[in-house]
Amino acid sequence: MSTAVVENTRAAEDERPRTQYAPIPFRTVVGVEARKAFDTRSGFWLLVTIAAAGVLATGAVLAFASNSDLTYDNFAGAIGVPMTILLPVVAILSVTGEWSQRAGLTTFTLVPHRGRVIRAKLAVTIAIGVSSIALALAVGAVGNIVATGLKGIDTTWDLSFTTMLYIVGADLIGMMVGFMLGVLTRNSSGAIVGYFSYWFVIPTLSMVLATNQSWFEKAQPWVDFNYDQGKLYDGGFSGQDWAQLALTGTFWLLLPLAFGLWRVMRAEVK
Amino acid sequence: MIIVDSLTKKYGGFTAVDHVTFNAEPGRVTGFLGPNGAGKSTTMRILVGLTPASSGGVTVLGRRYADLPNPGREIGVLLDASAQHAGRTGREILTLAQRTMRVPRARVDEMLDLVSLSDEESGRRVRDYSLGMRQRLGIATALIGDPEVLVLDEPANGLDPAGIRWMRDLLRGFANKGGTVLLSSHLLHEIEVIADDLVVIGNGRIVAAGTKTELLEAAGTFANAVDVAALARALTGAGHTAEQSLGGVRTDADTAQVGRVALAAGVPLTELRPADGAGLEEMFLELTKDNAREEVAA
Repeated sequence: MSTAVVENTRAAEDERPRTQYAPIPFRTVVGVEARKAFDTRSGFWLLVTIAAAGVLATGAVLAFASNSDLTYDNFAGAIGVPMTILLPVVAILSVTGEWSQRAGLTTFTLVPHRGRVIRAKLAVTIAIGVSSIALALAVGAVGNIVATGLKGIDTTWDLSFTTMLYIVGADLIGMMVGFMLGVLTRNSSGAIVGYFSYWFVIPTLSMVLATNQSWFEKAQPWVDFNYDQGKLYDGGFSGQDWAQLALTGTFWLLLPLAFGLWRVMRAEVK
Repeated sequence: MIIVDSLTKKYGGFTAVDHVTFNAEPGRVTGFLGPNGAGKSTTMRILVGLTPASSGGVTVLGRRYADLPNPGREIGVLLDASAQHAGRTGREILTLAQRTMRVPRARVDEMLDLVSLSDEESGRRVRDYSLGMRQRLGIATALIGDPEVLVLDEPANGLDPAGIRWMRDLLRGFANKGGTVLLSSHLLHEIEVIADDLVVIGNGRIVAAGTKTELLEAAGTFANAVDVAALARALTGAGHTAEQSLGGVRTDADTAQVGRVALAAGVPLTELRPADGAGLEEMFLELTKDNAREEVAA
């Protein structure tokens, strides 16, 4: 009995007014997550690699392309392609690092709402995707002007605004695939292997199958998400194209993402 | 102030934490003691919401951990010093905590000073840190928000003797200023020198809890005699407990009673003193032994 009384007085003591701290704003969480995407050695070298690949690709276009190929589309594409492939790895590592590197022990203790942290990571992923495309388009424009100026030919601007929107969409889907794989596996190596399979193995298999089996050639747009995503780069989607993208996207991206998020909210952080 | 109330965590049929109830009081250092695998870390992870509880709950400063608006300002946590991204520098890890908690940037350098990490060391990647340096960095992260409560899981691991002394003084100072400290250890002696209150856990259950003084007093008297068996018989005959152990008898009688019993029985004593931590240590060894057996069986 006496212990119960003691506990009650202590509990009452505990209710005394104390400093009320303001809740951590979402922009703070986003800011910290943005910093975390690039403050590690892997994050840093990933960025350097992306930049180097962009410069090399621009140089290659300058050196090897015929005059008629010195177009905005080709310059922006040269920088955009390495970015498109490598940037989703940033998205992957931002999620998996919390588990693979066990950094989540601190992250989810300082912000004890995993949904907020994951939403912040998603916001950072999208921001990186959009700003990198803007950067690719800007650098591509400079390359285009400089190259055509050097060779004394007319500068060709062959990317319409609509096409750019398609490209943004395709790149964001790529980043979301990385994000989904990160959330789903919570393991850096697993997610990266999965990601490169998605980019290089599955399309090849799918192409071989489509070439050899005519029934699959017809079915491919309805089942192959990578194929539908790739079509976005060419633009000009019809209603049926959108339907195919929605179908494969739901199956290969949204459903696994939902399942992965559901598990992330419940998984123990050790 | 931490209130752990009937906390239970089950993994399938295995109960890792079994109705654990205790308080960690302000102004005191509460030692959470138990062998490896006893449920200490699981309890601490549940406390900060990293692991969901099966039943029961924990409140920190009167609230559930997840309801704290900015937890780092009120409770400093160090669960595993090695659980950091190996590719970040020590300074960067502190900066991330400083930014998340929205405390002044100067706190980063203050904390690095406090835990004696030099400029050069704080610029190194955590991959290249010794365990002792990681513990210091972890303590710095826990303290950067100037919290009222500290929760530390095995903070002395990897520290050298001077580091352990430093940690002990730091935690004592923190508690003396009215802070609440909960720290775990699997080493009795390590925790005996720092804790005011002890909570001993084994196989997920609390086996002893109380102030250190209470637990040590409860240990009774230790006596030795030329004829140990005769002394034990005499004590039992007089209605006291008598456990023969390594080179002597431990009993619940006080020293004066043991002296009288020995005189009456004509058994010459060779040693007579309060048992101090002996009882606690035996209980603890017993726990460790059971646990070790289980591990061998599994």
